[in-house]
Amino acid sequence: MSPYATAGSMTRRLSVTAVVGALALAPFVLGSYAVGTLSRILVFALLALSVNLLTGLTGLPTLGQSAYFGVGAYTSAIVATRVTDVGILQLLIAAGVSALVAVPTGWLAVRARGVVFLMLTLAIGEIVYSAAVNWKSLTNGTDGMSGIPPVVPLPGMPALELDGLVYFYVLAVFLLLFAAVSRLGSTSFALALRGIRDNEPRMRAIGYPTQRYALTVYCGAGALAGAAGSLWVSVQRFVSPGDAGFEIAALALLAVVIGGSGSMWGACAGAALVWLTRDYLGNLEAVAGRGPLLLGLLFVIAVYTLPRGLAGVRIPHRLTRKRTA
Amino acid sequence: MSGWLDGNFVSVIDGVAFGLLLFTIAVGLSLVFGMMDVLNLAHGTLYLAGAYVAYALSDGTLWGLLLALLAGALVGTMGGAALTFLTQPLARRGHLDQAVLTLGITFIVADLLAAAFGGDVLPTDPPTALRGTVDLLGHAYPVYRLVFIGVAAGLALLVYLVFERSSLGALVRATVADRDMVRALGVDIRKVLYGVFAAGAALASVGGVLGAPILGPGPGVDETVLVLSLVVVVVGGLGSVRGALAGALLIGQVQTLGVALLPEYAPFLLFGTMLLVLVVRPHGLVPSAVRA
Repeated sequence: MSPYATAGSMTRRLSVTAVVGALALAPFVLGSYAVGTLSRILVFALLALSVNLLTGLTGLPTLGQSAYFGVGAYTSAIVATRVTDVGILQLLIAAGVSALVAVPTGWLAVRARGVVFLMLTLAIGEIVYSAAVNWKSLTNGTDGMSGIPPVVPLPGMPALELDGLVYFYVLAVFLLLFAAVSRLGSTSFALALRGIRDNEPRMRAIGYPTQRYALTVYCGAGALAGAAGSLWVSVQRFVSPGDAGFEIAALALLAVVIGGSGSMWGACAGAALVWLTRDYLGNLEAVAGRGPLLLGLLFVIAVYTLPRGLAGVRIPHRLTRKRTA
Repeated sequence: MSGWLDGNFVSVIDGVAFGLLLFTIAVGLSLVFGMMDVLNLAHGTLYLAGAYVAYALSDGTLWGLLLALLAGALVGTMGGAALTFLTQPLARRGHLDQAVLTLGITFIVADLLAAAFGGDVLPTDPPTALRGTVDLLGHAYPVYRLVFIGVAAGLALLVYLVFERSSLGALVRATVADRDMVRALGVDIRKVLYGVFAAGAALASVGGVLGAPILGPGPGVDETVLVLSLVVVVVGGLGSVRGALAGALLIGQVQTLGVALLPEYAPFLLFGTMLLVLVVRPHGLVPSAVRA
C-alpha cells in the first residue's frame, strides 16, 4: 500500500523511529490542551486509515465511515457504562459490533461502484446518524451519553483520569493498528484490492471473486472505524449523534484526499491537517466561529492545488491512476 | 373508508406532498449526474438557499410568494451556473474530486447562511390566503399542502414534457448518448451542460421556496435534503425523470408513514426500503434508458 513498503531503507526506519519517538515524548513537552488535541488527531487518523482502505486501496469512495465510527463509539459508551470499564474489551466489542453492522450495509454498498457507492455509503451514514438521534432508549437521543467512566486500558491497571495518560493508551492502540494495516498492505489480499481498484473486470476475468473481496475489506474498514470510535469515547468520555454525523465522514474523506489517496502516511498527515484546521483555526479570535468556512475553503483549495494530495507532492514519479470513481 | 387507511389518511397525503417535494429537488440531481456526469453534493444547499429566500421574502401575501419563487429560481440558476463553472476544470479528474469540491462549497455556503440567518430553524408561514384547513374526505387538511401538491405535480409534468417530449429534451439526451456527434452537428456542448445544471439547480431552489413551510430553513436541512435526494436518485434510477418520480413518491411515503407509525425505527425503514429496492432492481425502479 505504501509506496515505500518494499524499500526498507535506513531513512525509512529512521523517520519511523523519529515519528514514534516524537509522539511518545509529546506529553512531556506539550500542555494538556495540546495533548488532548493530539489524542483526537490520532483517533481521527485511524478513521482516515479506515477510509483509505476503501477509497485509496480499493477505489471505493466512501462518505459513510462515520456510521461505523458512531456504532463503535456508542457500543463502547454502552459497554463502559453498563458492563466493564476495561478499555481493551470495549475496543474489541466495538470493533466487532461495527464489523457486524458492516456486513448487511456493506453488502448493499459493494453492489455498486463509483458515485453510486458514494451515495449509498452517505445514505448509510445518515441513517446511522438519525438512528442515534431517534433511538432514544438506547442512545439518549440528541442529549448524548455522558458520565462515561474513565478507561482502564488492561484488566488490573488503574483508571486513566488524566488526559496525558489517556493519550498513551490511544497512542499504543494507534501504533498497533497502524502496524497491522501496514502489514496488510504487503499481502496478496491487498494486491487483489489494488487490482480491483485499477481494473475490476480483469480481476474478475482471471477468477477473483471481487465482490467478496470488496465486502471483506469493507467489514475490515468498518471494524477499524469502530475501534477508532471506541478510542474516541475513551478520550471524550461523552458521545453524541454528532460523532456519527456527516461532517465526520466528510472530514475523513477529505483527510484521505488531501493526504493522497493510497498512502497511509498521507492519510495520517491529512487527518492532522484537517483536524488542526477545524480545532485550532476555528478557535482563533480573528475568525471566531468561522471554522466551517475555513474547512470549506480547505476543501476547495485542496482539490484545485493538490491533485494527488500531500503524498503526491513528495513523489512526482507516482503512476497516474485511472479515475477512482 | 375505514380502518388502517382512515387512521393514517393524513400521513398518506402528507407523504404525497413530501414525495412531490423530493421529486422537485431530486430530479435536478439525477439529471445533472445521470446525464452530465457531474456529481453535485451541494444540491441540498440549493434547497436551503431557496428556503431562506422564502423566509426573507414571505410577507403573508401571494405576491410575496411569487416574488420569492422568482428570486429562488434566479438564485438557483446562478448557483447552478457557478457550480458548472467550478466543477468543469475537474471533469477529467473524476468524481472524487467533484465530491470534495462540492462538499467544500456546502460547508462554506452553510456557514455564510448560518452567519446571516442564525443557528435556529426559522418557521416560515405560507401566505395568509393559503392558511387554514379544508375538509378532505372527513379529515381537516392544510390548504397550503394541497396547493403545494397541485403546483409540484404541475412542475413534475412540465419537467417530464420538456425532457421526454420536446426537441430540447431530445437534444439533451442526444448529448448524453453521443457527445461528439452532437458537437459535430454544430451544437455548443457546454451550453447544454450549463443549461441542464442551471435548470436542475433552479428546481432545487424553487423546491426550497415552496417547501419552506414544510421543511423550513435551518442549519442541517441542506444535509437532510441532500441525503433524501440521493436516496431518491439511487432508488429511482440515475438520470431518469420517471425514476425520480417513482423513487420520490416511495421515499415520501416511507418517511411520513414511518415517522407516524414507528418513530424510533423510521431511519431503519428508509434503509430497509433502499435495500429492498436495490436487491430486486439493482439499477433502481426505472433505470435511465439513455445510460443503462
